Amino acid sequence: MKDFLASKTKIIGLILAFLVLVVMPPFYTSYWVTLFTQMLIYGILAMSLDILLGYTGLSSFGHAGFFGSSAYVVAILATRYKMGFLTCFVSGIAVTTVISMIFGLLVAHATGVYFLIITLALGMTLWGLAFRWVTMTGGDNGISGIPRPDIGLPISLKDPLTFYYVILVFFLISLILMAIYVRSPFGHSLKGVRESESRMRVLGYHTWLHKYLSYVSSAAFGAVAGALWAYFDGFISPYNMDLTASIEIILMVILGGPGTLIGPALGAGIIVFLKNFISAYTQRWLLIVGTIYILTILYAPQGLMNLLKDWLKGGRKKTQVEEAG
Amino acid sequence: MSEFLLVQTLNGLSFGALLFLLASGLSLIYGVMKIVNIAHGSYFMLGAYVGLSVILRTKSFILGAFAGGVVVGVVGLIMERGFLRKFPLQALPQMMITLGFALVFRDLALLIWGGDPYTLPCPEFLRGSTQIYQVVFPVYRLFVISVAALVAIALWLFNDKTLVGAKLRAAVDDHEMAGGVGLNVPLISGCMFGLGAFLAAFGGVMGGPIFGVYPGLDFELLSLAFVVVIVGGRGSLKGSAVGSILVGLVDNFGKALVPELSYFTLFAPMAIVVAVKPTGLFGRE
Repeated sequence: MKDFLASKTKIIGLILAFLVLVVMPPFYTSYWVTLFTQMLIYGILAMSLDILLGYTGLSSFGHAGFFGSSAYVVAILATRYKMGFLTCFVSGIAVTTVISMIFGLLVAHATGVYFLIITLALGMTLWGLAFRWVTMTGGDNGISGIPRPDIGLPISLKDPLTFYYVILVFFLISLILMAIYVRSPFGHSLKGVRESESRMRVLGYHTWLHKYLSYVSSAAFGAVAGALWAYFDGFISPYNMDLTASIEIILMVILGGPGTLIGPALGAGIIVFLKNFISAYTQRWLLIVGTIYILTILYAPQGLMNLLKDWLKGGRKKTQVEEAG
Repeated sequence: MSEFLLVQTLNGLSFGALLFLLASGLSLIYGVMKIVNIAHGSYFMLGAYVGLSVILRTKSFILGAFAGGVVVGVVGLIMERGFLRKFPLQALPQMMITLGFALVFRDLALLIWGGDPYTLPCPEFLRGSTQIYQVVFPVYRLFVISVAALVAIALWLFNDKTLVGAKLRAAVDDHEMAGGVGLNVPLISGCMFGLGAFLAAFGGVMGGPIFGVYPGLDFELLSLAFVVVIVGGRGSLKGSAVGSILVGLVDNFGKALVPELSYFTLFAPMAIVVAVKPTGLFGRE
């Protein structure tokens, strides 16, 4: 009965998602189409962090740095050198992956909160680079005027709806790739590292390498989101990659439910919606995020998706946040 | 050239002095309670803002420095007593709570003091400059260096030579055993947290006349303080002191020599220390 209930909820969820994301957008106003595009891009970003936070149990405080570095590479190549879509997109991901491979050497040995301290500091050095390297990044003003790309298809991406569907395709490809990734044997051994690193080491797994690869792959998927964002917004500034931005991504993952992949995407949708919705009425967005944070930890530390799962299964599991800590 | 070296070294030292006031509390709080306090940079910023308001009303810098410290120290105590204690030794939930507070503090500061940057007035008797060899150097910066040195010596004496300090060290070494032999670990932790908040806020007022106070100062300094903790080692007072001086100097020479990459130069000491000694220069484990 419970299983049936769970699969029924899953089917209803899928149908709802299909309706909201695929069928309905042509009937939305352009405000909502833009909002949904934002949600999908941040959805990719939140899912990419979930590989690290949810599946490997390592909370990174510098994830926005990778989002930003990829967006900056795209912005610089597209505005200054007038490069095409493919060059920009691939370079953004490649540069970010290389940065994460270097950073990974410093962070992969760390565990628990120490991991978080180092990733925070590293993320802020990337922010510092964007903020101070004025000749390259435009400093505080950022880079604006990134044109919508020509992706080699006979459609114009200047139209918000077309752009939305292109982003949706990217979102689905990323979702499928990440789902295969975390369900692979490697993904399962990542979970093993999350549950008990010492036990995995005794079993003969190279845990350092697992953490390293998890960090790099998480950054690479984050870079996809960053590159898409540069094209979506046409503008990138240091504020897209500072600590507050990293904190928002973590909130998306924690709120949605770490280790569920689709949960963080949902969390991203909720946060992006709230941010836009609340900003229309008040300037006090940070005050509200801060309060949501404190309340989430006090009352729903396992995240919405896990809350739903537990409710369906009955009984309450140990929370993800407690386990990760 | 030697003039340049001397000026930049002194500038770096005065910045390192401020970093020490911030990072020593952060490091000790981590040492005793394993809490990564994301709101620690906010204490620095709030301290500077409160100090500013008090100084503008009373015209007394010293009063402002202590008012900033005490107000924020009490805020820290409330945070620890009311919220963090609900999650003893659970690193991630505790950190998330401090994170929530950091965001709330940032927005409240913006609401109360607005978005304009302020510079705190320098106290009357410390205005002007003095000459060291060929170099003219502001007195106030020398004052900051000596205050931080005094605080460092006081903390060291307290930590190494007093009974309370011994209890504190016991709590850092082994939380459970310290409680087992009858030490009131929660009380020690609470006081430690309050003291850390006081020191950070005091540092904020001290730094006010040099680089002012503005929105965003909180996270900018927080990450520098984290670099200090990474370089110096967690929970070590000596580590905080050496780390602060190192980071202060690297940051300052970075700003003078390669201004565009100045924040990024901090990557170098961090990478070298983590590669050679992952626990930091004076860290254990």
